[in-house]
Amino acid sequence: MSKNTDTDPPPIEDAMEAFELALQDRNLEHYSLKLYVSGMSPKSQRAIDNARKICEEHLHGRFDLEIIDIYQQPIFAKEGQIIAAPTLVKELPKPLRKFIGDLSKTDQILAGLNLTRKK
Amino acid sequence: MSVSLLPFNLDFQGNPPILDFKNLITIATRVNMTKASIENKTLEVLLKSPTGIKGLDEITGGGLPQGRTSLICGGTGCGKTLLAMEFLLHGAMQFDEPGVFMSFEEKSGELAKNFASLGYDLNELVRQKKLTIDYAHLDPIEIEETGEYDLDGLIIRLGYAIESIGAKRVALDTIEALFSGLSNEAILRSELRRLFNFLKEKGVTAIVTGEQGEKTFTRFGLEEYVADCVIFLNHTVTQQIATRRLRIVKYRGSAHGTNEYPFLIDRQGFAVLPISSIGLDHTASSERISTGIERLDAMLGGKGYYRGSSILVSGTAGTGKSCLAAHFVDAACRRGEHCLYFAFEEAQQQIIRNMNSIGLDLSHWIEQGLLQFVNSRSTLYGLEMHLVAMHREVENFKPDIVVIDPISSLLTAAPGNEVKSMISRMIDYLKMKQITALCTNLTATNSSIEHTEIGISSMMDTWLLLQTIESSGERNRRLYLLKSRGMAHSNQVREFILSDTGAQLLDVYIGAGGVLTGSSRMTQEALDKALSLEFKEDIERKQREIERKKIAIEAQITILHTQFEAEKEDLDRLIAKQILKDQVLFNDELNMSLSRQADKWSACQSGNEGKTQ
Repeated sequence: MSKNTDTDPPPIEDAMEAFELALQDRNLEHYSLKLYVSGMSPKSQRAIDNARKICEEHLHGRFDLEIIDIYQQPIFAKEGQIIAAPTLVKELPKPLRKFIGDLSKTDQILAGLNLTRKK
Repeated sequence: MSVSLLPFNLDFQGNPPILDFKNLITIATRVNMTKASIENKTLEVLLKSPTGIKGLDEITGGGLPQGRTSLICGGTGCGKTLLAMEFLLHGAMQFDEPGVFMSFEEKSGELAKNFASLGYDLNELVRQKKLTIDYAHLDPIEIEETGEYDLDGLIIRLGYAIESIGAKRVALDTIEALFSGLSNEAILRSELRRLFNFLKEKGVTAIVTGEQGEKTFTRFGLEEYVADCVIFLNHTVTQQIATRRLRIVKYRGSAHGTNEYPFLIDRQGFAVLPISSIGLDHTASSERISTGIERLDAMLGGKGYYRGSSILVSGTAGTGKSCLAAHFVDAACRRGEHCLYFAFEEAQQQIIRNMNSIGLDLSHWIEQGLLQFVNSRSTLYGLEMHLVAMHREVENFKPDIVVIDPISSLLTAAPGNEVKSMISRMIDYLKMKQITALCTNLTATNSSIEHTEIGISSMMDTWLLLQTIESSGERNRRLYLLKSRGMAHSNQVREFILSDTGAQLLDVYIGAGGVLTGSSRMTQEALDKALSLEFKEDIERKQREIERKKIAIEAQITILHTQFEAEKEDLDRLIAKQILKDQVLFNDELNMSLSRQADKWSACQSGNEGKTQ
């Protein structure tokens, strides 16, 4: 439910420029993430904590993390094609990836987020 | 009976009670159950959700268990999705029970297109809030499992969908997709159990579909979780003909049909052939209907067949079976009745042309909508399919008369042992509907003519046998009436002739020369005629002779008579002469004596007296 927008994304004029930027430095890529949890269960809490931690550590200043409680807003479960909970959805950069579970396997998540190289 | 069956009316939620289970054991069970429910009124009876699918409600005794989850399993392309969707559609449209369809395989757009071809407008139902389609996309490529999780997402989505339209029915098609999308089976299994419990708590009647496994009903053992009702769909190919069958493996708390029931998927959707719903309690009409051939009517007690009876016309090739059927159809159409003609070997135009050659114009009955042909090759699909299709045609056209020409060609559609039972079901069904059925049966030339390969003769009420007999270089048709239940009928063989004014029956020649038909009958009749003519002449000649003899005799008699008269005359004359002579003599003697004064006068006198007297 909380939205983390402490950093503005770098201005992108067009797709070409974005592509060139991405080529120049992958570290500048902006991440748009959504975390779907169901209620404030320990599992949900763990997932939120883990997601925040990963974002702060590896994506500092270039991410949006939206946390959605599908228990309260079930319509988002359908829209986000959510089956399991918790689910972290990486909407940007493409391709779309879904990480299900309490996000305790950090290495796997970093690999999935294409952030392993940096580490 | 009506009182004791009342609890079952509740069973079916106001639907008419279905009492026509053939199985006596089933009925016995029901009666026992009914007694139990009367004794203990607080006893809760399992409520059922009607599927609205033709036949399935009859087999299950009212539908799927209400508020519980049923499993539908089967191989690829056997109709699981269709059955699940029809359950929801009928619920939404007929029983005012909105439904949620959660698809794991097809997108809602695809589903809408697929069902549009069956005449259902899913989008419209969605707009009316009678149906919700939720496509749960699960792509293993984009999913990574990173720790402990549950299926809350799915459960919440389902719960939301159910709440949003007040759904009473839910279908999950097919939930096994979860197993291919997610790898942690331990979590999945416990979560599935939770999902089914959730559905039960919600009080919805749910259908879960599952792909058939190698040794289990479903690949991932879904039957472990769904314990209330399991329906197995089967799609087998025997002798290159595919047949779909449905079986209720399990139905907790309810009596149900246990057989494999054939079912059909066609333009009108899903239909199960309700075999066991047909009993032997049909009414018997005493109305008689003409066969279309006057002398055949005469053979059948002068009135023809009974309405609603079944007639078998059997015979070898080319004996005129179809012609007999066409006459019957023609006569029925003349009475303004509706006829449905199932032809398995000839096209409609061909039949019309052929029947024109014997003076029957069937085409104008078609134009008037009294006659309808259903032409299909028997190998088009399996026997069960044929019968389901025939059921459907009969339901739609509502005929008074059905012709199946020939019933024997259905043999090619299934192995022989199945055919009898299937055809008996068809005949029972037609009898129940008071439809007169005329079936032709082609007998193989090498087998006994009184033998039907399907062994159906015992089911038939009237059996006509057509036969061709070869003698003196020609084949002639004969018609026998082997049996006709419930009426006095002729036991005589008739000669069956097809002329350009229709079929005719003639008496055969029965005489010294044996039983003769055709030209040998004509020859024999001519011979007989000649022979009798000769006799007649003979007699006349003899009569004339006698007459002549009589005349001759009479002439002789006259001659003799004349002779006799003449002789008699002679004699009389002689006698008169003698008397005269005696008189003269006596007088002379007397005179002499007198003259001689003789004393022997008196003696002479007395002696003469004696002579002359």
